[in-house]
Amino acid sequence: MKTFRAPISGSNSLDWVNAIVQGTLLGGLYALFAAGLSLIFGVMRLVNIAHGDLIVLAAYLGLTVTTILGLHPLLALLLVVPAMALFGYILQRGILNQTLGKDILPPLLVTFGLSVILQNGLLEIYSADPQKMNAGALETASIPVGELSFGVLPVLTFAIAVAVIAALQWMFYHTALGRAFRATSDNQETAQLMGLNRRHIFGLAMALALGVTAIAGIMLGIRTSFDPSIGGGRLVFGFEAVIIGGLGNMWGTLVGGVILGVAQTVGAKIDPGWQLLAGHIAFLIILAVRPNGLFPRISE
Amino acid sequence: MPDPLLKLSGLEAFYSDFQALFGVDLEVAQGEVLAIIGANGAGKTTLMRAISGLTKSAANMVTYSGEAIGALRADQVATRGIALVPEGRQLFPSLSVEENLIIGSQLGRKGPWSLNAIYKLFPILKERRNQQSTSLSGGQQQMVAIGRALMANPDLILFDEISLGLAPIIIKDIYAALPGIIGEGMSALIVEQDITKALSVSRRFYCLQEGRVSLSGASATAAREDISRAYFGVE
Repeated sequence: MKTFRAPISGSNSLDWVNAIVQGTLLGGLYALFAAGLSLIFGVMRLVNIAHGDLIVLAAYLGLTVTTILGLHPLLALLLVVPAMALFGYILQRGILNQTLGKDILPPLLVTFGLSVILQNGLLEIYSADPQKMNAGALETASIPVGELSFGVLPVLTFAIAVAVIAALQWMFYHTALGRAFRATSDNQETAQLMGLNRRHIFGLAMALALGVTAIAGIMLGIRTSFDPSIGGGRLVFGFEAVIIGGLGNMWGTLVGGVILGVAQTVGAKIDPGWQLLAGHIAFLIILAVRPNGLFPRISE
Repeated sequence: MPDPLLKLSGLEAFYSDFQALFGVDLEVAQGEVLAIIGANGAGKTTLMRAISGLTKSAANMVTYSGEAIGALRADQVATRGIALVPEGRQLFPSLSVEENLIIGSQLGRKGPWSLNAIYKLFPILKERRNQQSTSLSGGQQQMVAIGRALMANPDLILFDEISLGLAPIIIKDIYAALPGIIGEGMSALIVEQDITKALSVSRRFYCLQEGRVSLSGASATAAREDISRAYFGVE
C-alpha cells in the first residue's frame, strides 16, 4: 500500500484531515442526490431508475435559465425547483401511478425507459459537450480555517443539504402532508378510507422529490461540468447513500452521503484512481455488515 | 317512508376473481342501526368494502343520499360521510395514537366528534396519545380504530368485526360504549359473528349466506331457529 511508503510528516497528516473534511462536504451533495430517491421509496416503494437523469435534467434547466435570463445559478433555483416539482406531479399522475402495484417490475422498467428517453432528449437538445453553470466568485471563494481552507461552495452545498433534510424530516413528522405520506406508505387502502387519494398523495411526493432533485442538479452543475450521460453515476451515488444510511431515514441518508464522500476523497488521496472504487468498497462493506444500513427505519 | 340513507340494489361484488356478493338488496334509514350477520365467507366484509368504495361495483348498485356511489373511489366515498372501522383495525403503525385519530378528521367534516370527545369516550387513549399505535393492546387499538372513524364525523359508520380477536371483557366494554357512539342521528352498519351481541344493539338485521341475503327482519323479534337456518343454511 502506498500509505506505508512515505513517512507521514506534519503537512501530510493535515492532507488526510483535509481529505476527510472535503469528503464530508462532498457528502452533502450526495445526500441531496439521495434525498429525493429516499423520499419516493419511503412513500410509495418506487425505485426510480431515472433519478440520476432527472438530476442532470435539472442541471440543464438551470443552465438554460441562467443563459437566457442571465440569472445567477442560485437564483435559477427559484424557477427550476417549481418547474421540476410540477414535472414530478405530472409524471407521477400521468405515468408512474399506472405502474404501481404488487409487481415491482413495471415501475423499474418504466423508469429505466424514462432514463433512456431523458438521456437521449438531453443529447438531442444540448449535445454531448460537457457544460457548466457559471456561479462567478462563489466557485473559487474559500474560507481559511487554520491551515485548512474550506471552499465556500462545498460548505454552502453541505449547509443546503442539512437544511433540506431537516425540512423534509420536519415535514414528515409535523405536518398534515407528512402524516398523509406516512399513512399512505403504511397502508394505502386504509389511507383511502381517510379520504386520502393515493394518486394525488403520490403525485405530491414526486413533486417534492423532484423539487429536491432540482436543488441537487443545480448544486452539481455549479460544482462540476456535466453532460447527458452522467445521470447513471449520480443515481448510484444516491442509492449508495440511501442504503448506507438505512431505508426511510433522512438523517441516515445524510450520514450515508458523508460516509460515501469521505471514502471517495480518502480513496483518491491514497491513489487518484481509487476515488470511485473506494466509495463502492465502503458501500459493500457496510452492506455486508449491516444489510439494512446503519439506521434503518423500515423493518420489512 | 322517507328515502333511505343507504340503498343497495342487486349489489354484486367480487373478491379478486371470485364473486362474493350476488344481488344483495339492503336499506339503511337515517339514524338506523343495522346488524349484518353471517358465517365466515358469507360476504360480510366484501359488503363493507363495496359500500366504502374499496371494492368497486356498478354505480347504481350503491346509492347514498340519493346519489349513485357504487363506482366511486374509497376517498370519494369518505368525503360523502361514510366511515369504516375495518376488520383487523388497520391502524397506521408509523403514526402515534393521536395522529391516527387526527388523520381520521382530515376531511374537515363538521360534527360532534373531536379529539377531546374521543378522549372523553376512551380516556386511556389520552394517556397513550403519544405512543405508537402498535404498542397498544388489541382492545385499545380497537378504540383507536373506532375513534379514527368517528373523527370523520360520518353520517354512516360501518363496523367490521369489531370484536374479532378481543377478550370478552373488552368486547363487553366496547358494546357498552356503542349506543353513546351511535346516537345523535348517525346511522350504523354492524358486522358481527356474535349474533346475540349484534341483535342487542341493532333495530333490524340482515343475515348473509354465500353472498345472498338469507333472512332479514326486526332484531327484537328474530326467531333463533330461523336465524340458525339462515346462518348455516341447514334445512
